[in-house]
Amino acid sequence: MPVVSEPPGIADVAKGRVDRATLAANFADLHPPLSPHQALVEADRCYFCYDAPCQRACPTAIDVALFVRQIAAGNPLGAAQTVLEANVMGGMCARACPTEALCEGACVRETAEGRPVRIGLLQRYAVDAQMATGKTPFSRGAPTGKRVAVVGAGPAGLACAHALAVAGHEATIFEKRDKPGGLNEYGVSAYRATGDFAQREAASILSIGGIATQYGVELGREITLDRLRRDYDAVFLALGLGAARRLGLAGEGALDNVVDAVDYAAELRQAESLARVPIGRRVVVIGGGMTAMDLAAQAKRLGAESVTIVYRRGLSQMKAGARQREFAQTNGALIRPWARPVAIEGHSGAASGVLFERTREDNGELVAAGGAFRLEADLVLLAIGQQGALDALAGASLRCDADGRIVVDEQRRASLAGVWAGGDCAAGARGLIAAAVEDGKRAARSIDAALRARA
Amino acid sequence: MVDLSVDFVGVKAANPFWLASGPPTDGKTKIERAFRAGWGGAVWKTLDAAPSAGDASAAFYRALHGGDRRVLALDGVERASDRDLALDLREIAEVKRAWPDRALIVSLAAPGDEESARRILAEIAATGCDGVELNFGCAPGARPAADAAARVEAATRWCKAATRMPALVKLAPLGDLVRRARAAKKGGADALTLIAAVDAIAGVDLDAMTPAGGVGGMGGPAVKPIALAAVASIAGDPEIAGLPIAAAGGVTTWRDAAEFIALGAGVAQVCSAAMTYGFRVVDELASGLTSFMAAEGYRRLDDFRGRAAANLVDGRRRERDRVLKAEIDQALCIQCGRCHVACEDAAYQAIFARVDGERRFVVNEAACVGCNLCALVCPIENCIKLVDKTEAARAAAE
Repeated sequence: MPVVSEPPGIADVAKGRVDRATLAANFADLHPPLSPHQALVEADRCYFCYDAPCQRACPTAIDVALFVRQIAAGNPLGAAQTVLEANVMGGMCARACPTEALCEGACVRETAEGRPVRIGLLQRYAVDAQMATGKTPFSRGAPTGKRVAVVGAGPAGLACAHALAVAGHEATIFEKRDKPGGLNEYGVSAYRATGDFAQREAASILSIGGIATQYGVELGREITLDRLRRDYDAVFLALGLGAARRLGLAGEGALDNVVDAVDYAAELRQAESLARVPIGRRVVVIGGGMTAMDLAAQAKRLGAESVTIVYRRGLSQMKAGARQREFAQTNGALIRPWARPVAIEGHSGAASGVLFERTREDNGELVAAGGAFRLEADLVLLAIGQQGALDALAGASLRCDADGRIVVDEQRRASLAGVWAGGDCAAGARGLIAAAVEDGKRAARSIDAALRARA
Repeated sequence: MVDLSVDFVGVKAANPFWLASGPPTDGKTKIERAFRAGWGGAVWKTLDAAPSAGDASAAFYRALHGGDRRVLALDGVERASDRDLALDLREIAEVKRAWPDRALIVSLAAPGDEESARRILAEIAATGCDGVELNFGCAPGARPAADAAARVEAATRWCKAATRMPALVKLAPLGDLVRRARAAKKGGADALTLIAAVDAIAGVDLDAMTPAGGVGGMGGPAVKPIALAAVASIAGDPEIAGLPIAAAGGVTTWRDAAEFIALGAGVAQVCSAAMTYGFRVVDELASGLTSFMAAEGYRRLDDFRGRAAANLVDGRRRERDRVLKAEIDQALCIQCGRCHVACEDAAYQAIFARVDGERRFVVNEAACVGCNLCALVCPIENCIKLVDKTEAARAAAE
């Protein structure tokens, strides 16, 4: 049978590559929730450790041993309270945290038998029980009359506003998008946030009262930092990372089907129907973090014929851990390390392929190793990280690091008086939902102390 | 808003979770740790005004383990406190001064005569503590004397004559418990603590061929059913029904505490669970009891205390004409077959193991008498239930 080589430059990007039933299955819960029996069996495995390693590993220090014991004792609502008191986004964290690198990785049963207690699923079990009641276990504190501006309705912003409301302060959240949730809503893969969970969780958090929200309002456009500092008693910046890093290659901005991973992820999450999301037949993902792995997996699940992840260094140096790499691979993506893009080729205004040069490390520096290869591509996804949106803070004289992230102290105070910052926009951020929530909590505590001192 | 506070024979505490007299309560260091953790009260480990020579030995415990080395019971031969009495009394006073809102009861080995009772009680009362608990269950392996009831009544009377503090009488579930409880009441006891540790041998070391230490006093989950029966027996006796009870014996999670309270207890004492997991078990106890009460609409403990005691039924009888049949939920069944083998070997051979040539476990209603064994041995919650078929049976008979 003669081999027909594919003509170059045909941007084979189409929707509906996979039938609806398969699509629904591909994007259903990646980790289905535990049944009551499963939850009891799982909770029974917890040894109720002293100074539990799981709690230490959690960025929000959830008392895991206690909440698991509460589930085992038939008290899921008590367990939910334990979770939510430490982490008001315990629901999303249960679905999206890299537990293998945090609580479950630290579990003593991982040490004992290589099988950790499935803390993530147990946490989901507890929080889902609370969400099913339709009520929040929190109540607003007695009003203090103080007003705080929170910029960003992502995990850090929502957690901060919630903690402020518990303390009795009034919070106003300014969010540039038209829905809350930040990356929970616009980034986390669909199979980790089924049933519109990000919105349901945000609604539950906001239901405490004392939190006003304004959508479609962006810092640097509709509002400025100076204005907020004048009009409010304190400001918490939870901007996330606005700007995608650029490769700096010709064609990056000019060619069709060269898309920033974060934008593509948002499109996926916001699509009314996954059957209408176009995906390339041949997809190339450039990058080595969780975003790259997750998008590669989703690309396969949408029906891409081939998905190749290319990373400039070695596998062990990727930000994505082994479990996350394996997830991409078992979904059918190929990972090629030690190569970086040198050119994006186009045909008729659309991407047709990417040219890579092989790399190696020379005294810690990345250098060309000699040799190159070309990958055909209908869709190129750039997942090389983000940096702070400096324009939003232009002229604000806030100290930022080289990546545009706001420099803060342990209380999350920024260099300007009355301004705090947390989440991905702060220097030193770990890029975890739980870390952002912890930032929001600490900032709220610090803001509360400062406001009370002033009174 | 749920209120866990108690007023037990005049002793007030923020919650009914008190540590029982035992290894966790032998001194100020541990009791203050417990109070910091949130316990509502504690019973200071048994003081002995006249310790016998061979009594004070280093502690040595044994346990009954279930699967995955879960501790089902703890057993020990350590008896009364081997600390200096003067040190104990001084620390009791210090703790009570530092923690005025926590219940602090002092356990005392039952005195042998009126004079020694007077002396020791004067010293205990001087500490400012909230009450005494007379421990009649101290020596393991010793049979209760023929005149046990008389001794209980006498010792209780001496104590009540010597002090105005409330006196709790702690009894072991040996012999005629109700008789001794009646005697305690006659002697003036303000309350009973049920139960003291049960005489037990946790196991035998087959390598050394020893029961490793002989008979000890056992507590923990395995003794809970015995303790429940003891608490319920008080409600069932007209002479002593209503006497306040501090329950002890296997309280591990909130549900255990709630069960004792439902049978009439006003306080839930804990020892083995604190020894197994540490004082922080009180977090789950308080949270669970609160969730339960909130869900059921009980505001205070008295709202449900003793409710189950009123429904006590002699376990050996069941309504003659009530017809119960087991039913296996095929959607939940995992096909382990445990119900079948239990019914085959120990009940009524009333569960089919195969239906239409396939492995499937289905109840043979005609043969089933509703004994409940299958439901108990099934590993899946709510998979096997007893269904009331009285109406259908009656209709079929006509």
